[in-house]
Amino acid sequence: MNIVENFDLYAPRLVDKEEHFSAGHRACQGCGEALAIRLMCKALGKDTVIVNATGCMEVVSTMYPTTAWNLPWIHVAFPNSASVGAGVEAGLKVLRRKGKIADRDVKTVAIGGDGGTFDIGLQALSGAMERRHDLLYVCFDNEAYMNTGIQRSGATPFGASTTTAPAGADSTGKSEWKKNLAEIIAAHNVPYVATACHSYPFDFMNKVKKARKIKGPSFIHCMSVCPTGWRTASEDTIKMGRLAVETGVFPLYEIENGKYTMNIKPDRLRPMEDYLKLQGRFRHLTPADIEVIQTRVNLEYNKLLNKVENLQSWEDLS
Amino acid sequence: MSERVGMEIALAAAETVALCRPDVIAAYPITPNTHIPEHLSDIVAEGRLDADFICVESEHSALSACCGASGAGARAFTATSSQGLLYMAEVVPIVSAMRLPIVMIIGNRALSGPINIWNDHSDIMSQRDVGWISMFAANGQEVVDMTVQSFKIAEHRDVMLPVNLNLDGFQLTHVVEPMLFPSQEEVDAFLPEYEPYAAVHPDNIVSMGTLALPEIFNEVMKAKDEVLKDSKKVILEVWKEWEEKFGRTYKPVESYKTEGAEILLLAIGSMAETAEVAIDELRDRGMPVGLLKLRLWRPFPFEEIRNAVKDVKAIAVLDRAVSFGGPGGPVFSEVRSALYDEKVRPTIISEIIGLGGRDVPVGDFIKIAEKAARVAKTGPEEEYEIFGVRGS
Amino acid sequence: MEKAKKWPEDWQEIIPGCMVFRPGSAREYHTGSWRAQRPVYDNSKCIKCGMCYIFCPEGCISQDADGYFIADLDYCKGCGICAHECWPGAITMVEEG
Repeated sequence: MNIVENFDLYAPRLVDKEEHFSAGHRACQGCGEALAIRLMCKALGKDTVIVNATGCMEVVSTMYPTTAWNLPWIHVAFPNSASVGAGVEAGLKVLRRKGKIADRDVKTVAIGGDGGTFDIGLQALSGAMERRHDLLYVCFDNEAYMNTGIQRSGATPFGASTTTAPAGADSTGKSEWKKNLAEIIAAHNVPYVATACHSYPFDFMNKVKKARKIKGPSFIHCMSVCPTGWRTASEDTIKMGRLAVETGVFPLYEIENGKYTMNIKPDRLRPMEDYLKLQGRFRHLTPADIEVIQTRVNLEYNKLLNKVENLQSWEDLS
Repeated sequence: MSERVGMEIALAAAETVALCRPDVIAAYPITPNTHIPEHLSDIVAEGRLDADFICVESEHSALSACCGASGAGARAFTATSSQGLLYMAEVVPIVSAMRLPIVMIIGNRALSGPINIWNDHSDIMSQRDVGWISMFAANGQEVVDMTVQSFKIAEHRDVMLPVNLNLDGFQLTHVVEPMLFPSQEEVDAFLPEYEPYAAVHPDNIVSMGTLALPEIFNEVMKAKDEVLKDSKKVILEVWKEWEEKFGRTYKPVESYKTEGAEILLLAIGSMAETAEVAIDELRDRGMPVGLLKLRLWRPFPFEEIRNAVKDVKAIAVLDRAVSFGGPGGPVFSEVRSALYDEKVRPTIISEIIGLGGRDVPVGDFIKIAEKAARVAKTGPEEEYEIFGVRGS
Repeated sequence: MEKAKKWPEDWQEIIPGCMVFRPGSAREYHTGSWRAQRPVYDNSKCIKCGMCYIFCPEGCISQDADGYFIADLDYCKGCGICAHECWPGAITMVEEG
């Protein structure tokens, strides 16, 4: 065990103890997304406004007349956390300029699930990123429309069984590959784009802190394990996130002004089977299916490594 | 203030909105309302208005961004028509539920299909049940006056509801009229700075847009209904103040030559101005006919309607929208419902005119008034009529 | 177990817009009632690293006066993440009686 891992072991003691996302929320046992939100809030601090799309987190955290949020929070509808966020950002900016609110930085952070970001919310997100609002968008991706009962989304991985693309005699679950949203947002020339996972909490929190400092748009794609939807044991939530990174399914990287950096680089990728066999949603896959997935994951991983090694930052190119 | 300025009404609306000092404007262009956001962005670009103009990528995002801005405590404004209104329709009832005092100007245009960019009321009539305050302007001066009034009514602490102000697309938006504009000082004196009830800011933490279980939802809806009904008090107060300061009167239902009238036309929007010409002509002929002009649509002015139609034998309610397969025109069905329990009720007929921008000349209003006089004796001839359709 | 706040007796008590001005009031609802198993700490093995605290989705684990970590059973849903992630194996999940 090298010194960095040792440090991580004791780093929890250094983290801000305040819980901006309190207990009492109605998330499932072992919910990775709730954990990720809790960690994100610790990294953001109290000068933050959260804009939340409809989804698991919004529903479980704010049942009138209670709220789990110790931060200012607004929810409007499903596809619009990015556009509501754009409005909050503009409103706060104008009010500060006119001297109507305190003259200090308050960061607007819009959050949504994969449903509210990849699919129904993609237009609003694209518009907000293109208009360069000072907005951090964090997508908590549990790879299906979990809140409505595990339906297929653009973020659902190939071969996963969901309620609207189920495995059956005539189907192996989702027959399309997962949309690569980090790349789509990077193509909007967003200065900071990162992937993260709650199983690497300090990496995630550091990325949130970094993104918070950006004066402009930034985007973090956080994988969030859902034991209910993935059909995994609730205690395996952290383990599943680690396996996703260790098998190369969900590599953790940053794109800063066009420069790619791998944050966690396993010496050798673990085989896909280690990841897939623990999840009920992949139970139906045959060895041939797993081979197809392995080939594709290797390809995507190599594509990413290629970018990490060869692409220069925009500053170097201009 | 004393000089009339001739200007396209949409531009006048934009100039008046600018006088109201909005903080954030988020709007998407759609004919015939486009000149409003365009001119506002001109005003901002010229430095005449300190605001953020967000060029949102859709109407849904326009109203959403306004929600965000209003939630942050800023004064927010948007404008749209027809399909744009339907695209943001998902957010529309949420705005009133969240008690965000957003002002929206709607340049009324027919709903597609088939696609038609010209005026009728099918867009706003699809949004009857959403809990917004809704008013109709019949001419340019009313657009200017009611724009300022809308912000004041919306932001009043006893109201805190969004307001939509309706003006007929093309018939008003693209028409040049002479109007009196209040000065910036007069608007500042009339419309105080917005002080939000709550705002998303770390200095006073609030969660907005929470979830309501069935156990509480009915009470929430009751509260929403009561606050909209109660807003009429504030609307009348604001109109009284406007009359005192600017000398122009506003009432929920305006009467035109209704003294001794046995037949009434009831109109909403700019068609009322053409109807007035018809009334003048019919009065010259000796027909006891008058006109009611509906200005306040929501909250619906039950009392004023009932008072206005006492001693009347027949009313022809003019609508610029139809509820297909339903009870005729929306204004007609609501007026009829308002009068159902009255001991003495006039005969009420529904005449749907001018759909999709079809011109309705003075002669048509005359024909409708004559029909109303006829049915006063014989009773209604059909459930409702889409007036002036070629063919039988 | 403390019950969640009772519903208001009158619709006029509803806060405008269903806004909630009580941050963290979700704590009125004790999710601990959901548990089927509970974490039991063996402090002799605990190295006080805080990994259980970091990985708890409820954020219900905190340190006592001696620095040992303990879960607040009012909120602990018994997911087992803390026991699974504990390096020295100081936490065991035990069936609720």
